[in-house]
Amino acid sequence: MEEMTSTMAEDGAREYLTFTLGKEEYGMDILKVQEIRGYDAVTSIANAPQFLKGVINLRGVIVPIIDMRIKFNLGTVTYDEFTVVIIINVLGRVIGMVVDGVSDVVSLLPEQIKPPPEFGTGIDTQYITGIGTSNGQMLILTDIEKLMAGADMQLVENTTDNHLDLAA
Amino acid sequence: MSADLSQFFQVFFEESAEHLAEMERILLSIDIHAPDAEELHGVFRAAHSIKGGAATFGFGDMAATTHTLESLLDRVRHHELALTAEMVDVFLETKDAIAMLLAGHRDHTPVDEAAVESACSKLRNIESGEHQQPAVPAADSSESPSTDSPVGVTDYRIMFTPPADLFMRGVRVEPLFDELASLGELSIAAQVAVPDDFGSYDPEQCYLCWDMSLTSSTAGLEELRDIFMFVADEEEIVIEVAKPVSQHKDPAVAAPTETSQKNNVITTSPPPESPGRRLYDRDETAPNAFGRRPADGTESSSIRVGVSKVDQLINQMGELVITQAMLAQATQQFDPVLYESLHRGMALLQRNTRDLQESVMSIRMMPISFIFSRFPRLVHDLAAKLGKQAELKLAGETTELDKGLIEKLADPLTHLVRNSLDHGIESPEARKQAGKPPNGTITLRAAQTGGRIVIEVIDDGAGLNRSRILQKASENGLVVSDEMSDEEVWQLIFAPGFSTAEKVTDVSGRGVGMDVVMKNVQAMGGRVSIFSESGRGSRVLVSLPLTLAILDGLSVRVGSETFVVPLNSIIESLQPQPADISAVSGNTTVRVRGEYLPLLRLNELYSIKGAVTQPEQAVVMIVDAEGEQVALLVDELLNQHQVVIKSLEANYRKVDGTAGATIMGDGHVALILDVGDLVHLWRKAPQI
Repeated sequence: MEEMTSTMAEDGAREYLTFTLGKEEYGMDILKVQEIRGYDAVTSIANAPQFLKGVINLRGVIVPIIDMRIKFNLGTVTYDEFTVVIIINVLGRVIGMVVDGVSDVVSLLPEQIKPPPEFGTGIDTQYITGIGTSNGQMLILTDIEKLMAGADMQLVENTTDNHLDLAA
Repeated sequence: MSADLSQFFQVFFEESAEHLAEMERILLSIDIHAPDAEELHGVFRAAHSIKGGAATFGFGDMAATTHTLESLLDRVRHHELALTAEMVDVFLETKDAIAMLLAGHRDHTPVDEAAVESACSKLRNIESGEHQQPAVPAADSSESPSTDSPVGVTDYRIMFTPPADLFMRGVRVEPLFDELASLGELSIAAQVAVPDDFGSYDPEQCYLCWDMSLTSSTAGLEELRDIFMFVADEEEIVIEVAKPVSQHKDPAVAAPTETSQKNNVITTSPPPESPGRRLYDRDETAPNAFGRRPADGTESSSIRVGVSKVDQLINQMGELVITQAMLAQATQQFDPVLYESLHRGMALLQRNTRDLQESVMSIRMMPISFIFSRFPRLVHDLAAKLGKQAELKLAGETTELDKGLIEKLADPLTHLVRNSLDHGIESPEARKQAGKPPNGTITLRAAQTGGRIVIEVIDDGAGLNRSRILQKASENGLVVSDEMSDEEVWQLIFAPGFSTAEKVTDVSGRGVGMDVVMKNVQAMGGRVSIFSESGRGSRVLVSLPLTLAILDGLSVRVGSETFVVPLNSIIESLQPQPADISAVSGNTTVRVRGEYLPLLRLNELYSIKGAVTQPEQAVVMIVDAEGEQVALLVDELLNQHQVVIKSLEANYRKVDGTAGATIMGDGHVALILDVGDLVHLWRKAPQI
């Protein structure tokens, strides 16, 4: 397997970090991942959506933490020493996302990725770039950047709202 | 000098821009009838520096324009010509032309050659018109000789003793001689000083010196010096005036002055007439003066550092403050008696950290005069354009704020000042009719109040027209009613596309002003408020957070959450008596020394569970929210410390009522409250 990975990397294969949410296995572009760490010392933010657990201090940088399990109603929401946070770097921001577990890094060739099915999974199909197979298990490949930029994440501030309040 | 100069271009552009700004500042403030000699020197110095730099870097057009300006300035500062208002205007026009040329070289923006030429010809007209004797002859070595007619002819004797490494530096002397020859009749005698001991002879060294005689030259001494500018140090070139022919222009007089200042040169001429001036000039035109300026000592009272380096320093400082806080917290567990030296060391560390932090923070702070200084010109030009008379008063220019804020503040303030002048100040006739002096006054005032910087733009004009704003607003489809308070009406002008100006001028009235102002100020975390009185004028108040990356704060606990309240917004904290608490139409108020203050419950605003809800069992903190006092209900006061403001927006978004977040000693994140914003949030929230 190791040998295969290295040969495939040379023919346009891309590496994906796989993580689990509930019973489903997801994959995201590994280049978007900054680090993986445990869950602790989260300061909650008032009047924020429930899936936004709060912010943490990541070596002097304030990073928001999103619990994907709450956001997509998957898995069991418990916080202990095994809870995993994937710190990702998207949209010029650093964001932490809580998942059930991080499994592996897999390399997939473009032809190994099938277009996404139309039926629903936990994550809205518009954020799914394809379905891959790794070791006989199905992998849902997500466009994490698009997912985080989505309006329902409320990560990106809409400044015009404030503005209209004052003008009206 | 074939070295690649392009790496120095940026420095030259920045320096020139500063010199131009300085020039403008002085010209606008100068008293035309009794100009201060130092100020005139200042303008001259600025022009001279730009000229020298431009010539060095091969920007001939800039050098030529600046030279024309400089020669007129030179005569003004020597009282050969009296300063007139017309001159100042032409100077300003020329300054703009030079700025345009500068921009042309820097950003490759188009240059209006006609404007440059018109400025130059105006300068020349003044110079020749006022004085029978025409201007100084062309002075710059990189320029083709100008058309100015000669003042007189002079004979020079030039002794050039180059340093031994002349050729190793790649200097060619032939062009120098050619250039000298173009200025008059040149005869050269070379002297060879090869060492006696042929064994020590180094073929790459220069053992030559030249004794030149330049006769019937129309050139000034400065001009000759310029030729040698990048070749030789002052000691290596000695220029003597052999036969001053004309007494009209100062080269003849000044030349001996200068030579006499050079050590070991014997001069034959009259005593110095204006040593101060020559002393200065010599410094500025000294060989390599531009290249090695930082070493001069007198010139280099500042150094240029990239903003990113300063930011990095500030970030690291922030980390240090956090680490120090962490250590301080850990140290508290140790017995002060047993570990006395540790505690003493910690106290010292704390003090040193604070000192260091203050110094580091001050690097980024700049006086607001940096932007205020552009307004005298703006008002001067704009008032003339609009046919109005206006005077600009500045106050609190030394108020310091962050460089980043200063840059972002420039546009909104420009809008506000333009608006005041265009819409606020009336025409002189209208003002007379209203019984006001024809001269309108616009005041720009900056001050630091509490944790905020407040900048006011005040005019004594007509004030805002309530009925017209209402009419315009309803035309624009905004929901309005006559019952709206003045304050609400004034807020309408911040709506996009709103303008009440009866006609659109190129100054303002296109309705892109106030909403942009609002947006820009809000982006900085600031607020804009308007006060206006019909016939008396209006006052626009821009209040900005003092986003110093570090502030003194008091940490408070609400439920299980910790918040930091900026110390400068806290007035006092107290535990109220049950009798002091009363309810007024659903709102709780606290009576503090006879005053009834509204009580803001942090736990309700931030939906925190498990907090104390009975005010008499908790702590009430009286805070100042932009001049208004309110009481904040918190569970307990924890500690006072310095906190580093960390941006929440960088990775998340702004959280209402907060000024950011910080990292506490234990590594946790705490939100920093912005009391003013908190009050806004409370007003908007449905009352419980």
